[in-house]
Amino acid sequence: MDVIFGNLDLWGTAIKNTLIVFAGGGAIALILGIVVGAMRVSPVPIARGVGTAYVNIIRNTPLTLVFFFFVLGYPALGLPRLSSLVLGIIAIGIYTATYVAEVLRAGINTVPVGQAEAARAIGLPFGQVMSLVVLPQAFRSVVPPMMSVFIALLKNTTIAAGFSVSELAALRATINDSGDRPGSPMEVLLCVALVFVVLVLLLSALQHRLEKKWRIVR
Amino acid sequence: MSTSVLYDVPGPKAILRNRVLAVATIVVVAAIIGFLGYRFALSGQFSPTKWGLFTYATVWSQIFAALGKTLAAFGLAAILSLVAGFALAIGRLSDHAWVRVPTTAVTELFRAVPVLVMMMLLYYGLPSVGMRMDPYWAVVIALVVYNGSVLAEALRAGIESLPRGQKEAGYAIGLRKSGVMRLILLPQAVRVMLPVIIAQLVVTMKDTALGFIITYPELLYLAKQLSSNAQFQQPILQSAFVIGGIYIVMCLILSGIARLLEQRLHRNPRAHGGRGDDAANTGPAPVEPGDPRLHPEGTVTEVISVQGRE
Repeated sequence: MDVIFGNLDLWGTAIKNTLIVFAGGGAIALILGIVVGAMRVSPVPIARGVGTAYVNIIRNTPLTLVFFFFVLGYPALGLPRLSSLVLGIIAIGIYTATYVAEVLRAGINTVPVGQAEAARAIGLPFGQVMSLVVLPQAFRSVVPPMMSVFIALLKNTTIAAGFSVSELAALRATINDSGDRPGSPMEVLLCVALVFVVLVLLLSALQHRLEKKWRIVR
Repeated sequence: MSTSVLYDVPGPKAILRNRVLAVATIVVVAAIIGFLGYRFALSGQFSPTKWGLFTYATVWSQIFAALGKTLAAFGLAAILSLVAGFALAIGRLSDHAWVRVPTTAVTELFRAVPVLVMMMLLYYGLPSVGMRMDPYWAVVIALVVYNGSVLAEALRAGIESLPRGQKEAGYAIGLRKSGVMRLILLPQAVRVMLPVIIAQLVVTMKDTALGFIITYPELLYLAKQLSSNAQFQQPILQSAFVIGGIYIVMCLILSGIARLLEQRLHRNPRAHGGRGDDAANTGPAPVEPGDPRLHPEGTVTEVISVQGRE
């Protein structure tokens, strides 16, 4: 227990930073993902092409390398200085946005075309076809996989540890380097793993609830 | 076009609007690229010295050595995690609670622990209980534990998505449990889940890059080393571009293989290999993302299957 109570301050910062990266990265991923997802299903061929290129390039790059680009590469450009925490958030947001975009696209594609056709046939205008028929169905089938994307995002925050963001996975180094702190690397890492298991199980529980609540019966 | 659910056939107004949107997209993208290019030029990223590092044969032989290390970790991890995936999937479907419950707990647990934390546990954690582990094994074992659990979930979802009649028919013709699993259920599940399986292998490939954090000398580790070369003015972005290109090509090749395999299985249902023939004839349609068959459990696999198919 010493490993936790002897380093309460460090655990506090680490958990806070993990949650900041999670929330910030999630917000960027969601906004950018919606834009890219919309581009990928838009009727404009150029926009579709740009969206596809973005998704294919970023998704086939390891997240570690995306971090490398931003956290180490960005300062070389001579732009205004940003802390590695902010750069890490941008990196993880840009990476996760591709997954958000794909989930959205898949969600829209699960709506059968007949639904829109039927809505048009009974005389609904475009706005109502979207807001009453297509999007509610797309939204329901999107929520569970979107939660999976966010679970993956949460686990990916650990990679920031390799790029001098002092979040949970970086605790081992911090505690080890400061000499007189209690706790062996093994204990620290097991506790970190435990924190992640708890957080992921919480998110999974939420996912299962939403899934049950919003299942589409077809 | 896959988007007909969202849009009507465009009329004159919509065509005009689409053109405006197309121009706007081009302008925005050109502005972003132009700005980056401008910054690159301004901070001297195009200077020949910085790129000069990649004109040396020794550098490329280093890159190939690192590529070998990456592929060595990926290859072993891929094979072992497939084996582990099959074993865990069968364990989770066992009729005996004493097999099923621990296996379920183990897969759930290992899926929840980030791969990097697992690697760190093996590499930094084990020495404090008196064991030393080579970074290579730390990378491979962590990848196998994680991807094995994910693949187990995918295979289980695949098996459970099969119509119940398949299993019942197997028992009806007198097969035992092992026979039903081996001859009827698994071949079909593998076919259904092939896109997911390959997509997970792409993830495994990308995750080998985590090895650089625990000092496994793979591609990204080399990129970091190259980028600190003072003689060539620390070519950080240049190394990232070169190494990034290699990763992207490798992942695209893997996805390409996936697409080829999938097309082949689609075209010829018998192409699945000798013993699977009888089962393959009645193979179900591949699971599309959002297929109700996937919904009860397999949401993680659903995301992965989405990323697997274009």
